[in-house]
Amino acid sequence: MKTFKRAKSLVAAIVLGLGVAHTHAADQSLLNSSYDISRELFASYNEHFAAVWKEKTGNQVDVRQSHGGSSRQAQAIIEGLRADVVTFNQVTDIDILHQRGKLVPEDWREQLPNSSSPYYSTMAYLVRAGNPKNIQNWDDLAREDVSSVFPNPKTSGNGRYTYLAAYGFAQQAFPEDQEAIDGFVRTFLNRVAVFDTGGRGATTTFVERGIGDVLITFESEVNNIIAEFPDHNFEVVVPKVSFLAEFPVAVVERHAQRNGNLELARAYLEELYSEEAQRLLAGFNYRVHNEVVQQEFADQFPAVELLTIEQIAGSWDNAMEVHFANGGKLDQLQRR
Amino acid sequence: MSLAITSAISLNPSKRVLPGFALSLGISLLFISLILLLPITGLIVQTAGMSWNEYWSVISDPRVVASYRVTLWAAAWASAFNGVVGLLLAWVLVRYEFPGKRIVDALMDLPFALPTAVAGITLSALFAENGWYGAILAEAGIKVAFTPLGIIVAMSFTSLPFVVRTVQPVLEDLAVEDEEAAISMGGSDLTVFRRVIFPSLWPALLTGVALSFTRSLGEFGAVIFIAGNMPYISEITSLMIFVRLQEFDYAAASAIASVVLMASLVLLFLINIWQAFYLRRIHGR
Repeated sequence: MKTFKRAKSLVAAIVLGLGVAHTHAADQSLLNSSYDISRELFASYNEHFAAVWKEKTGNQVDVRQSHGGSSRQAQAIIEGLRADVVTFNQVTDIDILHQRGKLVPEDWREQLPNSSSPYYSTMAYLVRAGNPKNIQNWDDLAREDVSSVFPNPKTSGNGRYTYLAAYGFAQQAFPEDQEAIDGFVRTFLNRVAVFDTGGRGATTTFVERGIGDVLITFESEVNNIIAEFPDHNFEVVVPKVSFLAEFPVAVVERHAQRNGNLELARAYLEELYSEEAQRLLAGFNYRVHNEVVQQEFADQFPAVELLTIEQIAGSWDNAMEVHFANGGKLDQLQRR
Repeated sequence: MSLAITSAISLNPSKRVLPGFALSLGISLLFISLILLLPITGLIVQTAGMSWNEYWSVISDPRVVASYRVTLWAAAWASAFNGVVGLLLAWVLVRYEFPGKRIVDALMDLPFALPTAVAGITLSALFAENGWYGAILAEAGIKVAFTPLGIIVAMSFTSLPFVVRTVQPVLEDLAVEDEEAAISMGGSDLTVFRRVIFPSLWPALLTGVALSFTRSLGEFGAVIFIAGNMPYISEITSLMIFVRLQEFDYAAASAIASVVLMASLVLLFLINIWQAFYLRRIHGR
């Protein structure tokens, strides 16, 4: 009986405690659905935004994060996850939110500057200490003595970007010669040692399992790996030409409206373009548009010719249809 | 003995061991419907939107067909391996006393308790060329991680308990007298095993192997980290389903899934029919 009473008072204390905690909690809350590897980035940005919002409106905002593969995140939102904003690493994953359920407006790319992509990156190489195979550009990756690691273009946006970068390089190297372009990309794909399903898996395969001579992934990720594994003496190689990997953002208007968060959600994304936020993004090894910040970080980001999806395949819709759809170019080039 | 039980029940049909027969049957049926039949119906509904031609072209795509081959081949080897090793483990656990036996017995369930992705990552770390096992195997020129061999390793790891746990109880119930009789009649060890022990064991063994096989057909998490996932060489069918989902093509994903499901169902039904037949023969009815 006594223990029962004690248990009861314990429960009461917990409930009270929760209640107290709750009154301290935020006046407003926002759900940001994001890609896998942006955890640290948004943890840091959310702190910055909370301070800005507090100063502007006096409200305490609590930004909650959801992370996962960005296609999987899009699926979850279509299936009912009520995220207010999406910060993805693939344009197509926001497009699908419009196509299935009109959750974002059709012209979401025009809602914010730089095609609604506040920061960007490109595909770069991580090579083993001293760059023993002397890997400098895409044609080196088709050499017989080189084996590469990057995630499966069938399952990962990261992998699709790498495929497109190699394809864009081949288009420049063999202008108007479709056979040579296909031949190059086919060889390039044949040199892959392991196809992991996602970017982090590929990183593990290259770094921890010691597979392959070169890892191809986002420049931001490559720099993070260097910082994380200082004793491996990996080196970064940024090829002369690569793909413009945009990191698009959008307000999920239908959900934000229902959650009463439209204004907050818009402010959250607009703030990403402020100088301070851009500096923060550059600190996470992403390239940004703000010129002042660009100057500050000039050493960190070597010059690279960035090919856009429009240059390589016309548009994302077209790229998906021609290259990545079932039976498309990628399937044909991988066929044996 | 079973005859005696049946006649006892038929003599007094209203008396059952468990009370509330209608209620418990109702709950069971509801559960089966909600947890098993509804998802399967969902799968069929997803594929129902496709024409036969579309369905056929999805499931007969050369890359998907290659994945069936890889999956079946690997699952067959994995379950065969488990049949041998699982029998051995069950035998050791039932017939011998040794310190730490309880712990080994409990460890047997580890592959079920471990999240399969964790199993996959651990196995690929061990079997990669710079891993503990991989380094030794590499000296012998054998590559496991990121080859089809890795798929077999992952599949047999995740499904080993099926064999051990189905064989173990049968082995425990085996009458020692039969063996003793056989030995006293001058049977060699091998003869005793072949003529006395194995005939009672093998229905259970086969069930275990079949369960291990069907489980392997659907394994994803563990395999994906060790397979290497090279098109036409080491892509499993579950990955093909995953790819279609990534493309937001739910119908195609369901179509491929339905092939796996049907393969598993057919196999399970065959095992059940065979078992019923076999048991009837044993009991002479």
